[in-house]
Amino acid sequence: MNQTIAIIGNPNSGKTTLFNRLTGSNQHVGNWPGVTVDRKTGHICYHGHAIDVVDLPGIYSLSPFTQEEIIAREYVLSEAPDGILNIVDATNIERNLYLTMQLIALGLPMVIALNFIDDCRSQGVEIDCAVLSETLGVRVIPISARKGENLDALLGIVTEDLRRPVRQPAYLHGVGAAINRVAHTLEKTALRRDSLPFYALKLLEGDSHVRKTVALPDAVRQTVETTAAALSSHGSEDNEMILADALYDFIEEAVRHAVKRPEKPVLTLTERLDRIIINKWLALPIFSFLMVLMFWSTFGPIGTFFADLLETMIHGMLIPAVENGLHASGASGWMTGLLCDGVLGGVGGVVSFLPQIIILFFFLSLLEDTGYLARIAFMMDTLLRRIGLSGKSFVPMLMGFGCTTPAVMAARTMENEKDRRMTIMLTPFMSCGAKLPVYALFAGALFPQCASFVIISLYVLGILVGIFAGWLLKKTIFRGVSSGFVLELPPYRLPTVRGTLQNMWEKAKDFLTKAGTVIFVMSIVIWLLQNFTPSLQTASDSAYSILGVFGRFIAPVFAPLGFGEWRASVSILTGVIAMEAVVSTMSVLYGVDLGSLGGLLSSAFSPVAAYAFLVFILLYMPCMSAFATIRREMGGWRWAAGAAAFQTVLAWTISFFVYQCGSLLFQLI
Amino acid sequence: MKNLAALKPGQSGIVHSLTAEGAVKHHFLDLGITKGVRVTVERIAPFGDPIAVRLRGYSLSLRREEAAKICLEGEK
Repeated sequence: MNQTIAIIGNPNSGKTTLFNRLTGSNQHVGNWPGVTVDRKTGHICYHGHAIDVVDLPGIYSLSPFTQEEIIAREYVLSEAPDGILNIVDATNIERNLYLTMQLIALGLPMVIALNFIDDCRSQGVEIDCAVLSETLGVRVIPISARKGENLDALLGIVTEDLRRPVRQPAYLHGVGAAINRVAHTLEKTALRRDSLPFYALKLLEGDSHVRKTVALPDAVRQTVETTAAALSSHGSEDNEMILADALYDFIEEAVRHAVKRPEKPVLTLTERLDRIIINKWLALPIFSFLMVLMFWSTFGPIGTFFADLLETMIHGMLIPAVENGLHASGASGWMTGLLCDGVLGGVGGVVSFLPQIIILFFFLSLLEDTGYLARIAFMMDTLLRRIGLSGKSFVPMLMGFGCTTPAVMAARTMENEKDRRMTIMLTPFMSCGAKLPVYALFAGALFPQCASFVIISLYVLGILVGIFAGWLLKKTIFRGVSSGFVLELPPYRLPTVRGTLQNMWEKAKDFLTKAGTVIFVMSIVIWLLQNFTPSLQTASDSAYSILGVFGRFIAPVFAPLGFGEWRASVSILTGVIAMEAVVSTMSVLYGVDLGSLGGLLSSAFSPVAAYAFLVFILLYMPCMSAFATIRREMGGWRWAAGAAAFQTVLAWTISFFVYQCGSLLFQLI
Repeated sequence: MKNLAALKPGQSGIVHSLTAEGAVKHHFLDLGITKGVRVTVERIAPFGDPIAVRLRGYSLSLRREEAAKICLEGEK
C-alpha cells in the first residue's frame, strides 16, 4: 500500500495551490461519507516513490467547533496518516504556527512547508528556517507554491525522509509540567503513544469531544481532573485561556528568534489597496461597478452569445445529424424521438447553460483568489444579518438572479453550516434568469400597458418573500445564537492563470457530470410520460398521455389559485425539469406557436389568475438541476425535499392570497 | 473596562481578558486574540459594522457585538 500524507494548514495558506502543484492533474474529488465537505486525494510519483496525498479542509486549530475541524481531526486521529505536510503562511507566521503546535503534539512524522516566502522577501522580512526548525523540532522548508520554488526539496523530504518531531517543544512554561503529568498517566491507556501530548493538551483544555470519545479508567480520570483544577487555581483565567496563552507565548518567542523584520516596515500593497477598496466613500461604488461588470458579462451579451452558440450547435446541428443517422440506420420512430427530443433536447437545454456557468465561475474564482470576496462579506454583513444571514451570503444571493444552480454552489465559500444552509434555502427566491421568458409572455399578453412594471414587481416580490422566509426560518428551524462573524481579511494576491483555469474546469466538470446524470434520467422519464397513455399505448395527443392525465388529476390543487386548468398544471410540472420548459410546454399543449400563444392565453387566463400564476412560478421549488445541486450541497434528500416543500407551500399560499384578494378587489371595483 | 468595540480607527489596545464563551471564545483564542496581544482597529465597514482589526500581522473582521467581548487593558 502507498504511504499517505495529509496536507494540513490554515485557510488561505495556499494549501490547494500546493496540492495541485504536487499532484499535477491526477487529482479527483471525492466526498466524505456523511458530510458535505469535499476531501481531495491525489498521487505523487517522485523518484520512484508513489504517495497518496490527502487535502484536508483549511482549519485554524484542532478544536471540535467547526465541521472542518472535526473532519481534519477525526482523520488524523483515527486514520493515522503516515505523515503530515503542514503548510504555514510565512506572511502570517504567528497565527499559522498555533495549528502547527497542535500538530506537533500529535507526534506524527511531519514537515513544515513555509509558503509565500517570496511575499515575505518582498516585504523585507527574513526568516531563519534553521533556527525555526531547531526551536520547533520539525524541519522547515521555505517554498513558494505559486511559483513552484523549492518544491523539489520539499518533495524529497515528503517521499523519503519524513521524521517525527524530535521532541515536544519547550512551550511549556507553567503548563508543561501539567501536560507531562497527564501524558504520563495516559500511558496506561490504549491511546497512541506518540499522540499522548495532544490528548493531554485537549483533556486539560476541557475539550468536550475528546472527553466524550476517549474512555479513561477512573484512576486516570482522577489525575486529569486534579491536574486540570490545579492549573487554573491561581488566577482568574480558565484552562482554555491559560493553554492558548502558553502556546502563543512560545510562538512569539520562537518568531522573535527566527524572524527579522525591517526597521521601518513598508506599507504593504494590501494596506494601500484596502485604503481605496474598502474606503468609507469609495467602497460601495467600486463594489457596484464590479458586480454590474460580472453580471453583465455573464448574463449579458457575452454569456448569451456563447449560450446561443452552443444551443444552435446542439439543436441546429447535433440533433438533426443524430436524427438523420438514426433514420439512415433504420431505427424506429420512437427510438429517434426518445434520443433526440427526450435525451438530447433535455440534456442539451441544460448544457447550453455551461458557458454562463463557466464565465460566472471565472469571476467568482477571481473574486475569491484575490481576497475581494472577504471584503464583500465585510461590507454587506450589517444588511444581511437583519434577516439572519451573514455578509458571506451576499454573493450567492446575487448570483441567484442569474441561475440558482451555480448560486447554490457558490454558497460553499461560507464556512458556517447554519448560514450556508439558510442561504441555500433562500437563494431560489431570487428570481432566476430562466423565469424571465414566462413573465415576458404573460405580461405582454395580459398587461400590455404595464408589462415592465409587472415584471419588476415580481423581482421585488421575490426579494421580499426571501426576507420574510429568512425571518421565518430564523425563528423556527435555524433558531439559536448566531455563531457570529469572525472572518479573516486575507492579503490581496494575484491569482494564477493555472489556478483560475483549474477552478473553472472543475466547476464545469462538476456541473456536467452531476447535474447531467439527473437531467439525463429525468429527460427520458418526461419524454415517456408525455408520449404514452396510461395503458402504455402511444399517445396521439399529449392530453391523453400519462402527463396529461396526471395534469388533470392535480389541476384541482391549483383551482383556488385561479389556474386550475390542466395545461397550466403540466407546464408547472415541466418547469421543474427546467424553467425554460414552461413556455415551450404551453405552446405544445395549446398546439400553437409562440407568436399566437399570447392571444390564447389572454382568453384562457383572467389578469388576476395570470398574475397569481406568475407569482407561483416565481416562488415554487427550483428546477431539477438546482434541486439536484441543493441535494448535493445540503448532503441529503431530506434537506432538499424539505426546502422544496417549504418553497412550494409558500408559493401556493402567497399565490392563493394574490388571487383571492385580487378577485375580491376587482369585484368591488 | 474598555473594550475593543469602543476604539476608533487607528487606535489600538492590549487584550486583557475575554468575556465571550464557548465556541466564540475558543475561536478568538485560536485566532490569536490572547492576553497581552496588541490589537489595532483598522477601519469600520461602510454601514458602521463590522470592524476590521489588525493583530499578529494579519487582519480580521468582527462584529461590534463580538468586539465588545474583548476587554482591553487601561492605556497608560
